[in-house]
Amino acid sequence: MIAALTELLLFQLLGEVVARGLGLPVPGPVLGMLFLFLTLALRGGPGQELQATSQNLLQHLSLLFVPAGTGIMIHLHRVADEWLPLLLSLAISTVATLVVTALVMKLCMRGEAASGNAPGDAS
Amino acid sequence: MTPQFDEIWVYLSASPLLGLTITLLAYQAAFWLYRRSGMNPLANPVLIAVTILVLLLTLTATSYETYFSGAQFVHFLLGPATVALAIPLYTQFSRVRALLLPVVAGLVAGSLTAALSAIAVARLFGASLPTQLSLAPKSVTTPIAMGIAERIGGIPSLTAVLVIVTGILGAVGARWIFDAMKLRDPAIRGFAIGVASHGIGTARAFQVSEQAGAFAALAMGLNGALTALLLPLLVGWMH
Repeated sequence: MIAALTELLLFQLLGEVVARGLGLPVPGPVLGMLFLFLTLALRGGPGQELQATSQNLLQHLSLLFVPAGTGIMIHLHRVADEWLPLLLSLAISTVATLVVTALVMKLCMRGEAASGNAPGDAS
Repeated sequence: MTPQFDEIWVYLSASPLLGLTITLLAYQAAFWLYRRSGMNPLANPVLIAVTILVLLLTLTATSYETYFSGAQFVHFLLGPATVALAIPLYTQFSRVRALLLPVVAGLVAGSLTAALSAIAVARLFGASLPTQLSLAPKSVTTPIAMGIAERIGGIPSLTAVLVIVTGILGAVGARWIFDAMKLRDPAIRGFAIGVASHGIGTARAFQVSEQAGAFAALAMGLNGALTALLLPLLVGWMH
């Protein structure tokens, strides 16, 4: 577990260094994810330890958002003043994003299937 | 209570131990409820844990800064967890590659819809400009969204909260929306939830299936990068 955690942190560090060094707008951890992905592709998959540690970490991904979410308490005033536009904007925009993304993907998949390029129902 | 209790409380309330412990306790209580409800999306564990913590901190008159000095250790793990998303992505990559065109088209359409519709609705209902700009990156994962908000003139810490609320809304609502659309493909469901509601949506997707989770993780990473590039340009044009 320690070796796997070290590996994840090293990739995050590499991501931070590259993002800051090149002035990229993408945060370090996202670049770190990309670098680890490329490494896995070269190496032909993650080892057992890395697999198990990541699974543990990702199983409780929601826990990691709790501290930032609790920050709502310092914005209660603004939220109370503008609750209607905030709520409507978040709700309508989230639903619209889900529907638009899913519809566009579905249409594209149908287009591909029609042109004889079906991706098939893998897994 | 004995006078000693006051002294213990003074010590504990200033140490990071308490903030960290109550975060884990609140989450475990929330997760237990979520399990008990049969993983009903309405019983979202982030929503319940945050509610418990806000009530607890308000009742004990503890400041968010004090709380966060302990909770930051949990917050910190977001970084390595983001890196770890590479593994499910790798496992599911053959399916991702087969769906390249739908993935790219869905990403661009969804990313633009998320940012523009949030600004448009907020403007329509009279939100202030800083609020509108804080809303714009709300579908992007927290660290990226805060960076974008800062660049375009929003309030980063408000954005962090709006991001979490968006994540919860998506995680709670997606199932009904997709069922109503008669949409079953876990790749599409996962990808759309990742574009709309980033890591919290991804966490929910992983609880449903690994394939949905991998597509959600992919969508979260891609949407973060795309929004970080596009939004500063879009806001520049609007001014």
